[in-house]
Amino acid sequence: MSMAEVCNANEQLVYAKNSLVTDNVMHYCPGCSHGTIHKVIAEVVSDMGLENRCIGVSPVGCSVLAYNYIDIDWAEAAHGRACAVATGIKRVCPDKMVFTYQGDGDLAAIGTGETIHACNRGENITVIYVNNAIYGMTGGQMSPTTLPGMVTATSPLGRDVKLHGYPYKIGDMVAMLDGVCYVTRQAVNSPANVRKAKKAVRTAFENSMAGKGLSLVEFVATCSSGWKLTPVAANRWMEENLFPAYPLGDIKNV
Amino acid sequence: MAAIKGRIVVDTERCKGCAVCVAACPFEVLALTRGVNGKGYHFSFMDQPERCTGCASCALVCPDSCITVFRQLKKQDAI
Amino acid sequence: MKQEVRLMKGNEVIAEAAVRAGCDAYFGYPITPQTEVIETLMEMRPWETTGMVVLQAESEIASINMVYGAAACGKKVMTSSSSPGISLMGEGISYMAGAQLPCVILNVQRGGPGLGTIQPAQSDYFQAIKAGGHGDFRMLVLAPNSVQEMYDHVFLAFELAFRYRNPVMILSDGVIGQMMEKVELSEAVRRLTDEEVTERYGDWALTGRHHRNRNIVTSVQLDPHIQEGVNDTLLEKYRRAEREEVRYESTDCDDADYVIVAYGSAARISSKAVEMAREEGHRVGLLRPITLYPFPTAPIRELAGRVKGILTVEMSTGQMVEDVRLSAGCSVPVEYYGRYGGMIPTPGEVYEALKTLLIEKQA
Repeated sequence: MSMAEVCNANEQLVYAKNSLVTDNVMHYCPGCSHGTIHKVIAEVVSDMGLENRCIGVSPVGCSVLAYNYIDIDWAEAAHGRACAVATGIKRVCPDKMVFTYQGDGDLAAIGTGETIHACNRGENITVIYVNNAIYGMTGGQMSPTTLPGMVTATSPLGRDVKLHGYPYKIGDMVAMLDGVCYVTRQAVNSPANVRKAKKAVRTAFENSMAGKGLSLVEFVATCSSGWKLTPVAANRWMEENLFPAYPLGDIKNV
Repeated sequence: MAAIKGRIVVDTERCKGCAVCVAACPFEVLALTRGVNGKGYHFSFMDQPERCTGCASCALVCPDSCITVFRQLKKQDAI
Repeated sequence: MKQEVRLMKGNEVIAEAAVRAGCDAYFGYPITPQTEVIETLMEMRPWETTGMVVLQAESEIASINMVYGAAACGKKVMTSSSSPGISLMGEGISYMAGAQLPCVILNVQRGGPGLGTIQPAQSDYFQAIKAGGHGDFRMLVLAPNSVQEMYDHVFLAFELAFRYRNPVMILSDGVIGQMMEKVELSEAVRRLTDEEVTERYGDWALTGRHHRNRNIVTSVQLDPHIQEGVNDTLLEKYRRAEREEVRYESTDCDDADYVIVAYGSAARISSKAVEMAREEGHRVGLLRPITLYPFPTAPIRELAGRVKGILTVEMSTGQMVEDVRLSAGCSVPVEYYGRYGGMIPTPGEVYEALKTLLIEKQA
């Protein structure tokens, strides 16, 4: 059933699913941040009237099928290569709004090279980076951003920094590069944060269309299945543990 | 206090019962049903509809875009 | 058609051909012996004339994925590399075949395995023909044997890439890439406008969702029924190419008792060996595959029915010989001769091998 709900005569519509969010039921686990972030992107694309000029690049990972959920043109990239694919698209179609959508495994592990060099070249694209400190799709393995002591399928005794190194703050790192105009860290755990996130994505997309360089919007996000918590508890765990390690707010805005 | 009245409609088949909306509602309007939808999820519903202000907090945080929010017009706005 | 004649290096002519073929973008990374391709393009500055994009990527992995992105937009895109770099592109090539994207990839082969040597070789035949990456797919493979063919094959490769929506490889080597020859340059073809791209390829390319449903370029199909259907579609294309795109050159084969099968620079060397054999009264011919995939199976089979023996000559330890044997069947001896590791056989060596392995054995 579609939401063919009609306002009563004495009512106004306050909020409805954006028409760019498709009717496909998302394959994500209940409460997954991906759905909310997808929605934020769809709303920004719609608000900016970019639906006919927007090309998304989906990664390998849970959001590999993101193209089923936002009604724009999409390319699916090889694992980690989204920034190179987006570079190819944007270079031959400079009038298009091109963004990548990548997780921490895709962007900060296997795709570090492509990410940093796209940043350094100042490609006029937006990188949406969803950091939930774990590999979701393969079943909860350690990622570069996993916190010290955090238990995952490949760090069953908790991440030992002597063995696996430290949480990778790639957002702070790329902020140092001249090609990057905007780096911000956002979350979608509360209504207020969803509103802020939407503003951040809009700023990033405006930068991309204005040719100001690369914008990276990092979302600190949940993976309730990987973390083995309920969605509500996962939000709380994120607030208590991930936010101190990955503080929200703008890292760079020029 | 002139209470603002709101109403939400949940796409019950789309809802996965994550309860993020329940936690986000500032007026404790929402709860999950005891029964389940076609996919086996306890879906979200207005347990205390009279407290809803139509603030859309629930809809903003809903990952599956299943909540539509309406708000009653003030008397003078009504047609 | 207005033609211009120039003396050019094989690698330089690729750059000239790309611009004249209306190529929209080139993405590449330096590696010997093909670096002159990107150097020449950077000197030509085609972005100021035709609007063609030229970008030096941070790796071959990035290059091929940039090619993927631009090709997904329905654009004419190419890259070039040499053997180790092509290995790095394997994943991207597989993704492009899976997503049914057209592109042109030039491999100016050097000797391997590993970092190997920067000297010429033909040791990537298996990689190009059998295993350009993981999964069930094929590249169409062209094998130029002159600077002129380097030029011509860029045009042909783009034509085939779009006809089949599949990666096409030009399998050259360090000899052809580095040597200078006279080349006739054809008149430039202009790049397609965005509107023309939308009109021609709007049913699959990422041109923006104007008045149509969204296009999705992907190679992932989680449902095996759908994936099998994708594989069927690819297979149909490859079968069609096998029927319609086989290209080869046959020299002195009509009266031949023995035939040499060789491609690229090995074919140039072998043609001299054929002359030497003819001078001494041996009736020898040369069959030169121009397409390595699809392979000229039928003409080789036909030859096998009427000659006394076939010699495959290649600058590898024996790769194409397997396909020549499959084509010839068991009706006739198929021998192999090669130099490898960057060594180039001389015509005399080839003629000697022909005599030792076939002519004298059967005398």
